Amino acid sequence: MEAIYAFCVGILTTCGLFLVLRGRTFTVVIGLTLLSYAVNLFLFASGRLKLDGAAVLGQSAEYSDPLPQALVLTAIVIGFAMTAFVVILAMRSRADQGNDHVDGQSSSLPTRSSASDKRNS
Amino acid sequence: MNLLWVVLLPLIGTLVPLLTERFGRNVCAFSVAILPAWSLILVLMHAGDIFEGQDIRQSIEWIPTMGLDLSFRLDGLALLFLLLILGIGLLVILYARYYLSAKDSMGRFYAYLILFMTAMVGIVISNNLIQLWMFWELTSISSFLLISFWSHKSEARKGARMALTVTGAGGLALLAGLLLIGSMVDSYDLDAVLANGDLIRAHAAYPVALILVLLGAFTKSAQFPFHFWLPHAMSAPTPVSAYLHSATMVKAGIFLMARFYPALAGTDLWFIIVSLTGLTTLLLGAYIALFKHDLKGLLAYSTISHLGLITLLLGLNSDLAAVAAVFHIINHATFKASLFMAAGIIDHESGSRDMRRLNGLWKYMPYTATLAIVAALSMAGVPLLNGFLSKEMFFAETLTQSMLGSLSWLIPLLATLGAAFSVAYSLRFIHDVFFNGEPIDLPKMPKEPPRYMKVPVEILVALCLLVGIFPAFVVGDLLDVASFAVLSHDVPVHNLAIWHGFNVPLLMSFLAMVGGVTIYYNRHHLFQFQSHFDEADAKHIFEGVVQSIVKFSQRFIDALENGSLQRYVFLLLISTLVMGAWPLLDLTQNVGSRTQIPIDAIAITGAILMILSAIATVIWHRRRFLALIFLSVVGLIVSLAFAQFSAPDLALTQLSVEIVTIILLLLALFFLPQTTQKESSHRRLSLDFLVSGLIGCVIGTICYAMLTSPLDTISDFFIANSKTGGGGTNVVNVILVDFRGFDTFGEIIVLGIAALGIFKLIANMRIYMPARDDKGRAWSNDPHPMMFEMVSQSLLPLALLVSAYIFLRGHNMPGGGFIAGLITSVAIIQQYIAHGVQWIKPRVTLDYQWVIASGILIATATGLGSWIFGKPFLSTWFDYFHLPWIGEFELASAMLFDLGVYLTVVGAVMLILANLGKLTTSERHDIKENG
Repeated sequence: MEAIYAFCVGILTTCGLFLVLRGRTFTVVIGLTLLSYAVNLFLFASGRLKLDGAAVLGQSAEYSDPLPQALVLTAIVIGFAMTAFVVILAMRSRADQGNDHVDGQSSSLPTRSSASDKRNS
Repeated sequence: MNLLWVVLLPLIGTLVPLLTERFGRNVCAFSVAILPAWSLILVLMHAGDIFEGQDIRQSIEWIPTMGLDLSFRLDGLALLFLLLILGIGLLVILYARYYLSAKDSMGRFYAYLILFMTAMVGIVISNNLIQLWMFWELTSISSFLLISFWSHKSEARKGARMALTVTGAGGLALLAGLLLIGSMVDSYDLDAVLANGDLIRAHAAYPVALILVLLGAFTKSAQFPFHFWLPHAMSAPTPVSAYLHSATMVKAGIFLMARFYPALAGTDLWFIIVSLTGLTTLLLGAYIALFKHDLKGLLAYSTISHLGLITLLLGLNSDLAAVAAVFHIINHATFKASLFMAAGIIDHESGSRDMRRLNGLWKYMPYTATLAIVAALSMAGVPLLNGFLSKEMFFAETLTQSMLGSLSWLIPLLATLGAAFSVAYSLRFIHDVFFNGEPIDLPKMPKEPPRYMKVPVEILVALCLLVGIFPAFVVGDLLDVASFAVLSHDVPVHNLAIWHGFNVPLLMSFLAMVGGVTIYYNRHHLFQFQSHFDEADAKHIFEGVVQSIVKFSQRFIDALENGSLQRYVFLLLISTLVMGAWPLLDLTQNVGSRTQIPIDAIAITGAILMILSAIATVIWHRRRFLALIFLSVVGLIVSLAFAQFSAPDLALTQLSVEIVTIILLLLALFFLPQTTQKESSHRRLSLDFLVSGLIGCVIGTICYAMLTSPLDTISDFFIANSKTGGGGTNVVNVILVDFRGFDTFGEIIVLGIAALGIFKLIANMRIYMPARDDKGRAWSNDPHPMMFEMVSQSLLPLALLVSAYIFLRGHNMPGGGFIAGLITSVAIIQQYIAHGVQWIKPRVTLDYQWVIASGILIATATGLGSWIFGKPFLSTWFDYFHLPWIGEFELASAMLFDLGVYLTVVGAVMLILANLGKLTTSERHDIKENG
């Protein structure tokens, strides 16, 4: 089971990072979401895998490690806030710049000077 | 006495001028003086203790584990400097009242000045190395602000920048030196450092530490070769020059050497570096001063020269020389501050500082001239004035040293030469300005300044005379305690008297006088000689160095930073890969000893589904809606995985977050293009795939190695104490609201900030609203189907009930504030989707910002509540009660905290989604920041 789990984490990381490297904001947001799944699963794994051992006293003979769970729980909620912020930023960037490229420029004018001109204006 | 107040009063005083500026110049100046004067009175009240040999110490613990305390000491040396800083500071406040013109912002000037005063006071009474350094840097910053006060002048800006660069760089060296010293004695406590001088001097790193500390001192005190910033700092207003560049800031370096004298001095290395630097500076400064036509330039180089003299004395490794150094600190501060003030008066009343044009001012301002002449004579070292006494002591000390072996006789000779030049430039100051013909083409008709502008000069000149005539009576005691603090053992017998009989020092004084007069008389030949040399202007060299550094950095940045986020992320990932994979190469085996869980069919199915969905998300990422659907499948299986591996809380959280995330992304997708065109080259795609694939392999390997290795956890404590200490059986929830409550507190604040940030971004957004989807179909004209409306309306109470149940049971069963908050949000969002904003608006009049605020306030109040009972922040309390009909139940303060979490989560999620949703409707223009 551990091998499958680790494999899944690896796949999610790969897919997430590949999408993060793309050039359009929405794709990057999707990549970040995938990546945060991978990160949360990875952090959770630091408490090891245990079946039928919820960390509720009196419910099982052996408990799973509650500390990573508590950390991941807040990470999930904060992750949502982060995703929301990034996606709104992406919308804002499109509203202000007129396109949804991560560098704030469409692919037809990929020069640095045009980007800096825009910033200065 | 509370030493903290000595620093705190001037610090508070920084704000005073800003508040009182509007009430006029006199009120402003007067109010500014009150707090420093109070501070001075505090110091004076306890001067008696110091004179009886009782140092005062005070310490407030700050971060004791790191050796960081707010720690103060008042000893003789600190007392001497406090008197200079606060005393001369008060005189400068009075003087600046008349010096500043109506155009200058008086409030700003005084605020900077008092800030600087605070920093200086902080340096001299700090008893902790790091604290001392912090105040040290504060002087650099505040002096930057003061020098650049007339920021419309280019030379003021350049001079300020140069001073900041040089002294700031020195400050960094000093920090390194202090850290090194701190690690040698294993304490940042100044007392401990001074008591362990032998240990420090014997340490292998002593030379490094010494050089670093001296770099700090030399840059601050304008010692050769760092002296060049001081003349350029003369573009500051003259009160600043009088205060910073004669009496206080440039003395900070001297203070540092004196302060660390017991810990660092006494070695050959100290002697070689300090005394030779001092001697070079003394000669160079005295020589150049003679050729400066600018009045303040002359005084600046003279200051450099006198600082060199003090440094030389400290470097001689002799007790009496250290006493002489302390004495000269006092004397130089008094005569040089008064000379700067006199120069300021001349500039103020005649409009020029050029000595080629200023002549014969005696006729126009005889009173000021008299004061300036007395002070200048003191600078020259004429008997009956204080400058004479310390110069005699200096001469005597140069005779007794023998550190240069058979070449030691050079030092008294060079000292006499330096003194001769000192006499010469003092003569020039007197003769050129006040006599020597008539003024040439001055912008203003010179006249005496306002009465009170002369008072500070009068006081300082009176001190020069008093000390010069009755030295033992006026400063004897102060000199003794200050010298005692420097030497940290008994002060050698010295005789503060005007007349010591006919001896060699007197002869040297006489020779210096004669030599000085001769040099001045023949100055035209010297000027001619000097004009053959190109004056290497430090400014150009400095600017050149700065420019080349900037150019180099610019090239470096241009090469690295091309404005493309894709490139940055790629570089970041490459370095992550290198750093993450490198240690793995040493790991020979990645399977640990932990028994693994056998594989079952359900898990395999889930895993395959997740992998396929993740890959499908990537493959169809250009069709964004499809990608989103696959993404949600991945999210669902992640929450199932949490449920499978004994983390019910996580499963619930992930599930509800998944719902709000997908709704959020769907909303966002409405405004963004529905598809992405192909734009990456095949080369880029394969490179990206290679890098992300390799990182995936690394992460997977680490994860596998971690999963199979035995678990050594700190969680046993939480499990053992969850019920007894936190009153709950759901350990995860107890950790969140109790054991690690402070973390959670921080996290809900982050959540609130993110939500408010999003609100702000949305509020001014003017985004194009598409009328059709990507295939050209118009959006449905029935956005709120009847069936959906009915069902969701009847579901709402049920959903809220579930959320209340989840909230209440959270302490003992899976659930809690985070999850309940998310469920509530989902229930409300469903109403938004089913009914639309118009329907909701009159029914929910709640402002979500207020929900966030009240959530955080409740959490804070719960935390603060424990203070009432004398417990640390966020200590929890719980007890069990019995009520008829209901039975046994528990009340815990943690539940109140969880309520805060709940409200914050609901507020944040709703603030984000409801406002984003509004953008899709005709309500979009009603989103105002205050609404």
